[in-house]
Amino acid sequence: MNDMTKNAAGIPRTVPQKSATFTDAVNAEIRRAAATGIYDIRGGGAKRKVPHFDDLLFLGASMSRYPLEGYREKCETKVVLGTRFAKKPIELDIPITIAGMSFGALSGPAKEALGRGATAAGTSTTTGDGGMTEEERGHSKTLVYQYLPSRYGMNPDDLRRCDAIEIVVGQGAKPGGGGMLLGQKISDRVAEMRNLPKGIDQRSACRHPDWTGPDDLEIKIMELREITNWEKPIYIKVGGARPYFDTTLAIKAGADVVVLDGMQGGTAATQDVFIEHVGQPTLACIGPAVQALQDLDMHREVQLIVSGGIRTGADVAKALALGADAVSIGTAAMVALGDNDPHWEAEYNALGTTAGAYDDWHEGRDPAGITTQDPELMAHFDPVAGGRRLSNYLKVMTLEAQTIARACGKNHVHNLEPEDLCALTVEASAMSGVPLAGTNWVPGRGGNY
Amino acid sequence: MQTIDMASTALREVNSTLQAQKADTNQKQWEIVNPKGSHAIACGLDGPIDVTVRGSTGYYCAGMNKQAHVHIVGSAGPGVAENMMSGTVIIDGDASQYAGATGNGGLLVIKGNASSRCGISMKGIDIVVHGNIGHMSAFMAQSGNLVVLGDAGDALGDSLYEARLFVRGKVKSLGADCIEKEMRPEHLEILADLLERAGADARPEEFKRYGSARKLYNFNIDNASAY
Repeated sequence: MNDMTKNAAGIPRTVPQKSATFTDAVNAEIRRAAATGIYDIRGGGAKRKVPHFDDLLFLGASMSRYPLEGYREKCETKVVLGTRFAKKPIELDIPITIAGMSFGALSGPAKEALGRGATAAGTSTTTGDGGMTEEERGHSKTLVYQYLPSRYGMNPDDLRRCDAIEIVVGQGAKPGGGGMLLGQKISDRVAEMRNLPKGIDQRSACRHPDWTGPDDLEIKIMELREITNWEKPIYIKVGGARPYFDTTLAIKAGADVVVLDGMQGGTAATQDVFIEHVGQPTLACIGPAVQALQDLDMHREVQLIVSGGIRTGADVAKALALGADAVSIGTAAMVALGDNDPHWEAEYNALGTTAGAYDDWHEGRDPAGITTQDPELMAHFDPVAGGRRLSNYLKVMTLEAQTIARACGKNHVHNLEPEDLCALTVEASAMSGVPLAGTNWVPGRGGNY
Repeated sequence: MQTIDMASTALREVNSTLQAQKADTNQKQWEIVNPKGSHAIACGLDGPIDVTVRGSTGYYCAGMNKQAHVHIVGSAGPGVAENMMSGTVIIDGDASQYAGATGNGGLLVIKGNASSRCGISMKGIDIVVHGNIGHMSAFMAQSGNLVVLGDAGDALGDSLYEARLFVRGKVKSLGADCIEKEMRPEHLEILADLLERAGADARPEEFKRYGSARKLYNFNIDNASAY
């Protein structure tokens, strides 16, 4: 065997060094693209490391403010959404909602489990780009109905039996892009609901078919309100593109609620290049959106829901402290249901991946039975048990957020504020507007060390 | 005949009155006067009533219509009969952009011309345009029939799925994956029925049929230039 460190004459060699630019993963992707002629499609959100909630810390109470007793003093978590125009705002027990995920991308039982879990925890779940199923309507006390560019399955009856309407303009994983559902998952039932031929690679539109900008969106919202007797809260969901202006225009168009999804927010399937290279991190989106609400004197009047990489009660508390009214979870909810569980490691290995890295949801071969339309794989998933796990997880996150809020002396999680936070890195400080730990300095805003 | 004057009646009252008319209503004939280009007139109806709008309308007139027969004695703004489920919408004049967008069923008749994106993303609706249609019409059209007695603009039927397009006049250009197809007897039959129901003075034999080449239904790198 050759000695990599010395040549035959015993003279030290230059150590073989791999490129930091052309990494093994990059080169493998070049070879894959060259072999197949198609870009990589996958599910999930951005996997790259970006400044996130982990880069913020809470200060806690001390001499200048006092904490609340953890087990004796109340810390409220209720949220009311849609107070601006809707006759029937939504009331949720916890500030964590379930994000839109389609039937088609997910199995019927998985949608049912989301409804069960959300309902047991006192929160809402959301349809997706495939219409409303009986499973989710039946098991969701509070159901948000997405109004998407594709309008698959859209009809006035479902519009009237939902509890809120979410107009999807964009999504954090792919701001400016439409959905994808590849042929393997276009089963008979999915094809019928979407009015498409079975087995095609379905590409949803990225723009709405009958309005183009905030002026005619305002009229569209008025039409939706007219059809639903002005009862339903109307959300506008945007990806993390230009959060200050997007929030401003959503308010102008008449939104009751703005849903802001950062780049860590997941998708069922889209191009990897889109997921990793378009959109801003969630942390960078919240400040500008809250600023827009405050500039228009609409903070708390129009509610802000933040999503994209929410995993723990600490993340929830941090998002709320930065000014959000609630958060939304998608990927984390799927993990709670059982997605990427090491229990299925052998099956993941057979698919050429490993638990924690599986993201080929579009192929419909999910061993956990969640992102599939295959009846055999779907049988791996128990919607009752899955719903219970989700409800447990939602409750744990809520308890964690309350723990932090009490430690900061707050009797409602909405009373958390930016002053309760510090940032661990210069980047996180600049993005969140929270001072760097140990200083009163926010990069870009002056101040002193 | 019940008459509602929009000069003195708010839109909310107009729509809630019409939306309250269900299958068993006795009041089946309605007339709306002075619409003044208002938006969302007669949207979300769900009963077998006849509504005549005397004048031109703004955006989304008869949006999401079910069962009702809406007749606009004038022209219609963008998104007329969007997402219609059933019933009939007839426009005596012209229709602006996105007429019949995403419609699932029913019949939309435009006696004048229709602007761009007529029948965009249609999902089962039948649309008959006596005049011409603008560019990008029937974009991503999924199912249903679009009949045009006049000419069609650029990129007709771009990325369409299984909708059938029938054009009597010239087609400026076809969109990606849209091709002329053979007119078979069953198509002539569909066309004859639609022409009759739309009161159109034309013979089925005068039309050409266009539909999907189905080459973009599944990803193929060799078709990338079509996008």
